[in-house]
Amino acid sequence: MDFFDRFAVPHPSFLIYASMVGIGLTMVAIVLGITYFKKWGYLWREWITTVDHKRIGIMYLLVALLMLFRGGVDAIMMRYQLSMPDNKFLESQHYNEVFTTHGVVMILFMAMPFITFFFNYLIPLQIGARDVAFPRLNALSFWLFFMGMGLFNISFIVGGSPDAGWTSYFPLANNEFSPSVGTNYYMIAIQIAGMGTLISGINFITTILKMRAPGMKLMKMPMFTWSAFIANVIVVFAFPVLTVLLAMGTMDRLFGTNFFTTGDGGMDMLWANLFWVWGHPEVYILILPAFGLYSEIISTFARRNLYGYKSMVASMVVISVFSFLVWTHHFFTMGQGAFTNSIFSITTMAIAIPTGVKIFNWLFTLWKGKIVFTTPMLYSMLFIPLFTLGGVTGVMLAMSAADYQYHNTMFLVAHFHNVIIPGVVYAMIAGLTFYWPKMFGFMLNERIGKWTAWIMSVGFVLAFIPMYITGLDGQARRMYTYSESTGFSMLNMVAFIGAGIMAISFALLVYNIYYSIRYASRDIGSDPWDARSLEWATHTPVPEYNFAITPQVASTQGFWDAKKNGHELFKGKYEKIHMPNNSGWPFILGCIFFVFGFAMVFSIWPLAIVTLIGILVCLVYRSFEKDHGRYISVEEIEETEAKLRGVKNEDR
Amino acid sequence: MKIKVKWALLTMIFTIATVLTGCEPLLVLDPKGPQAKTQADDIMLSILLMSGIVIAVLAILVYVLVKYRASNQKDDYEPPHIEGSPLVEAICIGIPIVIVIFLSFVSVKSNYEVEATPAGYEDTKPLIVYASSSNWKWHFSYPEEGIETVNYLYIPAGRAIEFKLYSYGPITSFWIPQLGGQKYAMADMVTTLHLAADNPGEFVGRNANFSGAGFAENTFDVTAMSQTDFDEWVDEVHETAEPLTEEKFEELLEPGHLGRSTYTGTHLEFAPAPEHNHGSTDSEMDHSEHENHDSNHSEEESDHSHH
Repeated sequence: MDFFDRFAVPHPSFLIYASMVGIGLTMVAIVLGITYFKKWGYLWREWITTVDHKRIGIMYLLVALLMLFRGGVDAIMMRYQLSMPDNKFLESQHYNEVFTTHGVVMILFMAMPFITFFFNYLIPLQIGARDVAFPRLNALSFWLFFMGMGLFNISFIVGGSPDAGWTSYFPLANNEFSPSVGTNYYMIAIQIAGMGTLISGINFITTILKMRAPGMKLMKMPMFTWSAFIANVIVVFAFPVLTVLLAMGTMDRLFGTNFFTTGDGGMDMLWANLFWVWGHPEVYILILPAFGLYSEIISTFARRNLYGYKSMVASMVVISVFSFLVWTHHFFTMGQGAFTNSIFSITTMAIAIPTGVKIFNWLFTLWKGKIVFTTPMLYSMLFIPLFTLGGVTGVMLAMSAADYQYHNTMFLVAHFHNVIIPGVVYAMIAGLTFYWPKMFGFMLNERIGKWTAWIMSVGFVLAFIPMYITGLDGQARRMYTYSESTGFSMLNMVAFIGAGIMAISFALLVYNIYYSIRYASRDIGSDPWDARSLEWATHTPVPEYNFAITPQVASTQGFWDAKKNGHELFKGKYEKIHMPNNSGWPFILGCIFFVFGFAMVFSIWPLAIVTLIGILVCLVYRSFEKDHGRYISVEEIEETEAKLRGVKNEDR
Repeated sequence: MKIKVKWALLTMIFTIATVLTGCEPLLVLDPKGPQAKTQADDIMLSILLMSGIVIAVLAILVYVLVKYRASNQKDDYEPPHIEGSPLVEAICIGIPIVIVIFLSFVSVKSNYEVEATPAGYEDTKPLIVYASSSNWKWHFSYPEEGIETVNYLYIPAGRAIEFKLYSYGPITSFWIPQLGGQKYAMADMVTTLHLAADNPGEFVGRNANFSGAGFAENTFDVTAMSQTDFDEWVDEVHETAEPLTEEKFEELLEPGHLGRSTYTGTHLEFAPAPEHNHGSTDSEMDHSEHENHDSNHSEEESDHSHH
């Protein structure tokens, strides 16, 4: 009986049962729909087995949008619960599960796949390559990430969600205080997804170092590629720490080791330290590619080259180094003394310097430009002041003596949302709007897009500025309720209204996609924004091989040179193109990992052993598999190119 | 349409500002002791300085956006290609460096202030209070006075207080916003927090670090009173309260919420705070810790049986 009890949700509520039914019905509907339209074969051939970086990118995008929805629902539930004192909407345990999943989902399963989508879709196009360095590994990255995401998301209907916070500090996260399987899900699902991220980090570094178009020296790479390069270097340095950390946590929970226990020589603070040794660089893994996207967008719509290219690159390198030197600022209050706190206080504030350089460079890029207010540009212009606000509150938090008062309060919550939402989320939506025509051949509606940006910003200000104030008034974070006498209720109600307005803006974004699918013009050519870098030099839709002839570049903005200065990008004639074959193995390996993870979560050892053997068999099989890829013949290229040009000519 | 949205935005900012000014002063910015005063001063200083930066960035942004937007320019205007200028970029790096150096001085100075006996009370003999948390309560032991309270704290005003913090369970954070910032209480070491209250008064205190299901209500009341009143209270406790036995303390440690209670004697007598070195071996521990240790073992064993 005990065994089956573990699969039940430990704290069931109407909401959880309703979502169970909802999820069940949706799954059935999807399966029936695919069967009815006879799309299984298409799905398998074109998507599940694909190794094409563009398609893998789009799958990352779908996951990110789905998770944005899920994390957003969590956020609304939390804000509603806190909008009134002594609200009975959620009980304490349920609230704890909601904020834990909100944090994990938004950082690891929304923001990470969103930037990985841009890495996948853009890096090969920006550097003039045909795919990433290891296409099959890229598919494996996605499926590992996807299965980790899936495993994490079933937790709330099978066995219960993790409830120890997204940071899962020990000893709270250990069996004694978190007896449900929820935290096992946290340890194992993030581990599986994290492996995918680490593998893709190696993949993108190799791609950028080895596969750039002729003439594209490192200092001639577009700024997004630079930011992606640095972010992936951070991934490769930081994620192994997470891997080890989660393995230690798993062993503490499942095998009774004592890494983080409070007795027997364990050290609970070690978890906090290692977590943030990974966790702080993780923040920069998210924000640097966002900076890269803003650089592309601002330069494009200021109709100018990016100001201070070299100092932009230098500042990102400095940020990446400093990102590993500040982790202690997440727990200035642990009692490590004035000297240690002073060191980390200074290193943390020092990060403001290179970040400030970037803000100034964007402002100088606008200077003497010819600024066009498109939707992506509007997001970027809202980003600058809002992100600056988040950045300077970061400097305030870095003053460690004062941090004793900010720590663990809503002030901190306001700060990191203030950097992540205008910093990362705005960049993702701006980038999505910017690259949408490249991916799908039509633009998103500008009018709806601009409304979305403004409404989102109004909602953002209303939702998060009040938290700075209640934080200074003593509202701790992660409290599921508070009493009337605290006086927090009014500002929390404002925050709930703000969150509601943000939800409206996201609904508007979805509506915009629907509206544009129906009504947008398909006659937009391959360069609708008058952009500057290589990804716009190829056709829309982008053919499987990206570029029929490998482009040759001479500056950071190869396509602009070709348009304005008569630079010839595509020299030479068509040659046959070597492409990788599709493969189902990454998906199968991912599925086995999913079952393995599930078996580990519930300690079903026979199944865990069998699946582990299955994983090893897959790896061995791959080592002996002979697959030399295939060639696209010159005739086929000519045919495709003619067709792509033909489509455009007809439209015109 | 854009203008309407901008007005809406402005109206909202003003509403928030009005709400703000209408309220009581924010706890953290209404300090009642030297440590909280240091921190509130730092906070106000940084808010002012940072507002300056935000306003400057916003001003430059609005200026360039108005001046260089396409609709304000001739159709044939071609923006120039500008790589960057070492001088301009040096200035852009220089200004933040100056600000950061200044704030670093302030930060380091304050660090040493909040980690020392509160300014102005260096010549008082600090009152030592062991504050330990358990799910989801606070236990305050006064070893010199020989008394212990649960969920409420009486302290003499005008005297340095030295809190020794540790936890029976998850990491918690001891926080009395009006007296000073928080510090963690952990299971395997003791941390020290220096506070003082300038005048008699009542304050709220809480655990600020998430510690599970009962976290939200993990609060305590703080009363600062004159030294005479404090001494009277101690005498009264000795006359009226029951002694804290080991059994009673075990009962108090059970997870849950409790009201206030008061005892003579402290749990430190039979369950000392974890002030030993981290790497200490069993032989160095006294008898009672052995018992504690054993009970931990049996708890762990029962955990294992859950698997």
